[in-house]
Amino acid sequence: MQPRRDSRLNIHVQGWLLALPAVVLLATFTHIPAVVTVIDSFYSTPRGVRRSVFIGFDQYQAMLADPIFWKAFENNLLYALITVPLAIGIALGMALRVNGRIKGRAALRLAFFTPTILPMVAAANIWLFFYTNDYGLLNQIIRAFGFANVNWLGSNATALWSLMAVTIWKEAGFFMIFFLAALQQVPPDLYEAARMENAGAWTVFRRITWPLVMPTTLFVAINALINAFRIVDQVIAMTGGGPNNASTLLLFYIYQVAFSFWDSSYAAALSTVLLLLLGTIALAQFYLLDRKVHYR
Amino acid sequence: MTHASKTRTVLITAAAWVFGLSWALPVVYSLWAAFHQSAYATHFDIAAPLTLDNFVHAWHAAPFPRYFANTIFLVLGIMAAQFVICTLAAFGLARWKFFGSDILFGLVLVQLMATPDVLILENYKTLQKLGLIDTLTGVGLPYVASAFGIFLLRQTFKSIPKELDDAARMEGASTLQTIWRVYLPLARPIYVAYGLVSVSYHWNNFLWPLIVTNSVETRPLTVGLQVFASVDQGIDWSVICAAALMTSGPLMIAFLIFQRAFIQSFLRAGIR
Repeated sequence: MQPRRDSRLNIHVQGWLLALPAVVLLATFTHIPAVVTVIDSFYSTPRGVRRSVFIGFDQYQAMLADPIFWKAFENNLLYALITVPLAIGIALGMALRVNGRIKGRAALRLAFFTPTILPMVAAANIWLFFYTNDYGLLNQIIRAFGFANVNWLGSNATALWSLMAVTIWKEAGFFMIFFLAALQQVPPDLYEAARMENAGAWTVFRRITWPLVMPTTLFVAINALINAFRIVDQVIAMTGGGPNNASTLLLFYIYQVAFSFWDSSYAAALSTVLLLLLGTIALAQFYLLDRKVHYR
Repeated sequence: MTHASKTRTVLITAAAWVFGLSWALPVVYSLWAAFHQSAYATHFDIAAPLTLDNFVHAWHAAPFPRYFANTIFLVLGIMAAQFVICTLAAFGLARWKFFGSDILFGLVLVQLMATPDVLILENYKTLQKLGLIDTLTGVGLPYVASAFGIFLLRQTFKSIPKELDDAARMEGASTLQTIWRVYLPLARPIYVAYGLVSVSYHWNNFLWPLIVTNSVETRPLTVGLQVFASVDQGIDWSVICAAALMTSGPLMIAFLIFQRAFIQSFLRAGIR
């Protein structure tokens, strides 16, 4: 047998050696960039011969006075507050339907889940067609009911909501499978007992189903919330943030400032705000969720 | 069953069907457009002849074969690299309490929140310094050390009885041999789950490849589709729908065949 001290030292060295490739990559693409982003946000953007200088909180002051930032921020909050609860509600409804006995259950499940597998860019292009002004299916249906065409993606009033619809459509089916799994864990004798007591459908849902799927709901809600602040694909593919920034979101604005306006310091300040937002949600997750329940 | 409850069941079923149908409507509409001549794209005639012309047209109008090759190479490359790097890190973190291992694990989890797409600008600058702009390596590299993968595998390895590990070591197996012979076979379902999640995530990933690539040789399908739909085409919706469906095709077909495995994987892996 080897001396104990020696093998303990060995473990420290081996542990770090095993983790080394991951550590180097994580530091290069996550930790260092995150720290540099925060530092850069306190410096000016170098332009031509003008070098970058320390400017303290100037970028943040400019941000507070920037109506597009506020638009993106408001839009993103609204986006999260509308799409997350709606997608979760619809997902739970779907799960309850296809969990029970119903004709054509497999086809329904497929219809609900298919959008999840599509790449967002493909879904966005399909919906662009669906939303098209003159011959899009949505306007055809609306006209059939005697209403006038709506310029879904081209008008201030509807652009953001039209994007939200695509997000909900794509996410609900994904959340559904988590609820399906949770519903299958509910002990059948609970429902049996409720039936003996002649409990109504609403009572059964409120007293048995809802409390038992609550941990799943929280888990899904927090992940959906984090995703809601990273949404960008459909904005790029469908509206480009327009019209007149009506559908801009935080990550899209960062992308624009960084890669269209090339204002790297302002982009860094915006990214810092986004990091803070995501960090807050992640901390909330840490304190709210008993991770063991879901991660086993 | 009473008469009233029978009616109720029929009504609920009908409502679920209407809902399911409207949910499928955008996809059904695009399927209709993609498989018919443009003239029928918005004009519904059940007798309209089916055609594959739109797919053929899209396939030749843009370098889709190359985009397909890029995406396949990219997703398989990322998956293979993730398997190796995450396995090594996860094993160390699962089995040994080494100096700083707790802090290290905490730092790994930071990436669940600060994903590479949030840090696009800095990561772009890093790739510039490394000379990896417009390369597939550059597209994949930031995702290779995946916090999610390390987390998932660490949890799995922790649940494997330590006695098996000790037995292998008694026979003189090194650490790497122990991982290969004991841990990999036992964790196989988790690797399948993680692989499916990883492949579907990177098949669909858009923002980062959009920023990093700027040539046909490196563009994955999602970026190729976007370039095709926004620049190359007028507004021939039949062709755009065909292209959109084509780019999702392999993943959709794989999903239809391995539906159960996919759903199990998403459940096991929890988040994408």
